[in-house]
Parts: sequence; structure tokens; C-alpha cells
Amino acid sequence: MARVITGGHYDVDCYVEDPLGNTIYRETKKQYDSFTYRAEVKGVYQFCFSNEFSTFSHKTVYFDFQVGDEPPILPDMGNRVTALTQMESACVTIHEALKTVIDSQTHYRLREAQDRARAEDLNSRVSYWSIGETIALFVVSFSQVMLLKSFFTEKRPINRPVHS
Amino acid sequence: MAGFGGGRLPAMGPAALLLFALCTVGTRGLYFHIGETEKRCFIEEIPDETMVIGNYRTQMWDKQKEVFLPSTPGLGMHVEVKDPDGKVVLSRQYGSEGRFTFTSHTPGDHQICLHSNSTRMALFAGGKLRVHLNIQVGEHANNYPEIAAKDKLTELQLRARQLLDQVEQIQKEQDYQRYREERFRLTSESTNQRVLWWSIAQTVILILTGIWQMRHLKSFFEAKKLV
Repeated sequence: MARVITGGHYDVDCYVEDPLGNTIYRETKKQYDSFTYRAEVKGVYQFCFSNEFSTFSHKTVYFDFQVGDEPPILPDMGNRVTALTQMESACVTIHEALKTVIDSQTHYRLREAQDRARAEDLNSRVSYWSIGETIALFVVSFSQVMLLKSFFTEKRPINRPVHS
Repeated sequence: MAGFGGGRLPAMGPAALLLFALCTVGTRGLYFHIGETEKRCFIEEIPDETMVIGNYRTQMWDKQKEVFLPSTPGLGMHVEVKDPDGKVVLSRQYGSEGRFTFTSHTPGDHQICLHSNSTRMALFAGGKLRVHLNIQVGEHANNYPEIAAKDKLTELQLRARQLLDQVEQIQKEQDYQRYREERFRLTSESTNQRVLWWSIAQTVILILTGIWQMRHLKSFFEAKKLV
């Protein structure tokens, strides 16, 4: 699962390659995506994000991956022959439910991070633009007056302003 | 063993490779290549009072055999951890294999940076170093078999302990979420104020400038005997 947090249009390219070099997954300009894959070949899998299409925006990307199933809580539990007691299966159920809660919290945290980054960006942009506009206002009004004055100020004595 | 990973990474503009940030990576984790003077940073967004354990292992590239050596003593990595305010929490040198731990005292984005400090690399490694990294955060940092042995817990008690840890992590995350919402609200209110005051200020400046312009031009034309 990957999500872009800050930067530009919040999109990024992503591809996943298996050990043999085949591209298992390729997506361009995605803001958010998740991908499940059953590994056929043993080895090193590569996943890459690319921001090459962007000219000037830096991006922050959150990604999350899980390999295999969760290991049992005690290492020798894989050898158990009896079924789980009711208490134990209740614990397992609660554990799975809590994992879902944590995942959903992560999801909301990422969405909030994205929105907050935008809000902070907006906040600073308002300041810069306002200062810029005020300066532009002064410059424009001053140069308007100067320009107008220059139309009526001739250096040569021949062209004298005529009374209406 | 299974692995679970999540995290944030900053991307460098047009460059293809982005820096990855991992939350939790099991032994079947990930590795990346790092150059001699390169620094790789990882961002971990964690709530208050959360423990983070990082394990890394380095392998040097053997130019002659064109393979990565299993382990190389003498290589060192410098680990630096910065908290959300930019203050350095941890800055230490470790060997070619290391384990670093820190606990967050401020909620937010912590930056974990690794860079190699060894100058011998250029001679032998051809400038390439493979770093296996594993970062575990919060509840995932707990080693349950160890806890069971130390506190002599039965399986059921251990499961209960795991559930308690998970619930604690959820609570911390909720507190963190409340703190972030407050910050977001302050930012929005500040934007609102700024827009309001700047609009008023600009309108006033506009009117004053207009008045100044007219008066100035009037006196100018009167002086020129046009009016």
C-alpha cells in the first residue's frame, strides 16, 4: 500500500519487479494504491517509486508492506497438536480486530497528514501573496503617477502644454 | 518469519529513487544500496513515549568476485535520529552490524539518518554498500518470547499482554491524533485571520493610495496651470 503525502499533484509512479526481472505491477501517476501478490519465485523483489515525470515538486510517499503471515507469539507454537481453547481463540479474535483498528488509524493519520500539509502550505502562501500584492500595489500606483507626470513634462521648450 | 513494513520517505525531485521509511520490517526485511558519502534518511511518524528499535547489517561489494561479502568487520555506520523539532535525539557510531534504540518524547515525524563513515570503502568496495534495515515501532518492538521467559507467563497471559500492548498503542495514537487535530485547527484559524486582516489592510491601502494619487496629480496639474 502506498500513498503520497505531500508534493505537487500527490501522484507518483510505482512498479514492482520479481527476482527474474519481470514487472509484476506497474502503475503511473497514482495517488493511492494497494497491491497483493502471491510470490512464485524465491528471491529478492524490488519495488520502486518514481517521480521522474515531475519537474519541480518534491514528494513524500508513505508505503507499507507485509510479507507472509504473522508469526505465532511463541516460537514453539507451530508444533501444537491440540486446538485452541475458547479463551485463546477469543484472544486471537481480539488481536485481529485490534490490528484492523491500528490499520484504520494509520489510514486516518495519513489522510490527516495530507490535509494538514496542504493547510500549512496555504497558510504560508497567504502571507507571501499578501505581502507581494501590497508591494505590487505601491509600485504600480507610484509608477502610474510618475508616468502620467512624465506625459505632461516635456524637456523641449517648443511643445508647450496648451490651455483648453 | 513474516515482516510488516510501513513508513514515509521524502522524494528528490526528478530523481527516480525515493527514500523509503519503514515502520516495521521483519527479518525478511529490505535492503538498499548506499554510496560512500551518501546519507539515507527515514521518516517515522510516531506518537509520544513510543520505543523504536532499529537493526541494520552491512555488506560490502567485492569488486573482484562481483558479489556482496557476507559480513565485513571494520565498516562503520553513523546513525543520527532527529525529533520533530529538529533536535538530535541520538547520534552514534556503530559497527558493521548495529542495533539502535530510542524513545520518542515528542509526537511527530522523527528522522532516522544513516551514513557510512568509512573511507576505505572507495578502495575496496567500488563505492557500493548494501545495508539491510529493520525498524520496529511501538508494540512491534516487543519481543514476546523474551517477555514470557522473563516474567514467567503462560501462553494465555502472554496473549493478554500482547493485547494490552496493542490497546496501549491505539490509545497513544489517538492522543497523537488529538494533538494533530489541534495543530490543524490552529493553522486553519491562523489562515482565516490572515485572509481577513490582509484583505482589510489591502483595501485600506488601495483607498489611501488612490487618494494620494489624486491629490498629487491635482497639485501637479495646478502647478502646470492645466486645471
